[in-house]
Amino acid sequence: MAIRIVGVDLPQNKRGEIGLTYIYGVGRSSANKILEEAGVDRDIKVKDWTDEQASKIRDIISAKFKVEGDLRSEVQLNIKRLMDIGCYRGIRHRIGLPLRGQSTKNNARTRKGKKKTVANKKKATK
Amino acid sequence: MSRSLKKGPFINAKLDKKVTALNEANKKNVIKTWSRASMISPDFVGHTIAVHNGNKFIPVYVTENMVGHKLGEFSPTRNFRGHGGNKKK
Repeated sequence: MAIRIVGVDLPQNKRGEIGLTYIYGVGRSSANKILEEAGVDRDIKVKDWTDEQASKIRDIISAKFKVEGDLRSEVQLNIKRLMDIGCYRGIRHRIGLPLRGQSTKNNARTRKGKKKTVANKKKATK
Repeated sequence: MSRSLKKGPFINAKLDKKVTALNEANKKNVIKTWSRASMISPDFVGHTIAVHNGNKFIPVYVTENMVGHKLGEFSPTRNFRGHGGNKKK
């Protein structure tokens, strides 16, 4: 029986602290906060949670955290806002280059994507 | 590091004066400015401000969403037209 929280299957054999981080928007630190508030030891594996504990965790997440779809759409909205007002960061988002002043002469491959080789210019033959 | 809250946002004094004058007179003139580092305050909304980009003045119409950004963010200083392009000739 898999434990589902906000539409994500948690891994059964991991500790609660780690298992919760499979949810988008929950990292190690917020996972610890959630477990502390629910009164669940962070070393208990996900499969060993009782139903009561699981529902408590579920309640805390839905009440206090913005996760998964909501969070994703919020991030997208923020990006869209930047693009709509036409500020520098918005323009960089549009053309897919880094926003924070990093060098783009080399690297910057995370934003630029895979290398696109430009064909060599033909040498003039004598 | 972010600016100390104690100081408040940076707005060029002359620019601020011009905007308040326009607001009081209820007029909408284009204001030229070189002060790219000035923060856009809520008073600016609805005005058009021509922000210098080192070459010429770029007119920026200020909307509500822009409050809190700097004027220079809306006046790009570099103009990249893309690489190569022998194809079209």
